Amino acid sequence: MTITNYLVLAAILFTIGAVGVLVRRNAIVVFMCVELMLNSVNLTLVTFARSTGTVDGQLIAFFVMVVAAAEVVVGLAIIMSVYRTRRSASVDDVNLLKY
Amino acid sequence: MNVLAAAATEGVEIGTGETVVFWVLAPIALAGALGMVLSRNAVHSALWLVNTMLALGVFYVVQEAPFLGAVQIIVYTGAIMILFLFVLMLVGRDTSDSVVETLRGQRIAAIVLGIGFAGLVGAGIAEATRDLPVTGLEAVQGGAGGAADGNVPAIAELLFTRYLLAFEVTSALLITAAVGAMVLAHTEREPGSRPSQKELSRARFLSGEHPQTLPGPGVYARANSIAAPGRLPDGSPSPASFSTGVQPQVVDELPHTGSVGAERDGLAHSGGTDAALGTLGGDTTGPVPGSGEGAPR
Repeated sequence: MTITNYLVLAAILFTIGAVGVLVRRNAIVVFMCVELMLNSVNLTLVTFARSTGTVDGQLIAFFVMVVAAAEVVVGLAIIMSVYRTRRSASVDDVNLLKY
Repeated sequence: MNVLAAAATEGVEIGTGETVVFWVLAPIALAGALGMVLSRNAVHSALWLVNTMLALGVFYVVQEAPFLGAVQIIVYTGAIMILFLFVLMLVGRDTSDSVVETLRGQRIAAIVLGIGFAGLVGAGIAEATRDLPVTGLEAVQGGAGGAADGNVPAIAELLFTRYLLAFEVTSALLITAAVGAMVLAHTEREPGSRPSQKELSRARFLSGEHPQTLPGPGVYARANSIAAPGRLPDGSPSPASFSTGVQPQVVDELPHTGSVGAERDGLAHSGGTDAALGTLGGDTTGPVPGSGEGAPR
């Protein structure tokens, strides 16, 4: 086995997350799929950090985690306020800008 | 990478233990990701995702990033997923996905696209990194008996020198996120616009529907399961006592007077449960009608 295994695994996880974003309707589950995509990219970063022999990749993964935490806080607050006005967490119901 | 290639590129060879860890945890991570996308219930999705994140945390530790592995488990599976579950419970657990497709064929198209993307990217990465040497991090952070300090000092040294600006900007980002969440989740209310206890109580009684609290499950029941509906004095199940989210169902209840079990237990001599509970008459083990209407508020 080589580090290619990790990279291919990360690619597959990323794809599953992307398909989940496209397929799922519940906004919270869509958010979870985005988190999965971020996580798979982190795995790639850590793998490449080890491959190149520098800690920079780990640091970038660390920053990705920080940004993901901030993004989750704001995103979930938006979902909450949308739910308050429309009584639904489905992304199909947030279509006012369409018309 | 076979031995010859490893010798040719003079990289660190990946050991047997790591191979075993990978092949055990990679299917678990994949199963977690697939389960998250496929499960109908959003809470199940969150738990599947926790599964995947834990597996990824172990991968980080195996790949010489123990600090990131700890952060992954503490911040991601600990804090972020708990936040997800909090919002899930606030928004309502039963807001499951609709099966109606707003765009026809979107699901099939997304799956085909996903398989194509995975094949393309996976094959590309596999081809490009097949002979990539693994330098390893012993020189930077020290491995087993290495000269350097370790993973956390190596990260800290870089974080507070080359990435200092990014680190400072991160603090601004975090405070912005906290303030933004507070602003978004805040509801503006005029002082005094909130109905007082007196007004609320008056409105409740004037509506004339059901001024007191609804009967809880298990009132006059012969079981302590939350799925057992409360009984009216004549022994029939009370639809107002059905709890939200739990299907009312027939559960194992205490035996009736005169049944075989009651005679064996001597309940018949003491008058039986009917006499004790005052629920004589009425078929209390019959199927429960209705499902959700009249649930407690």
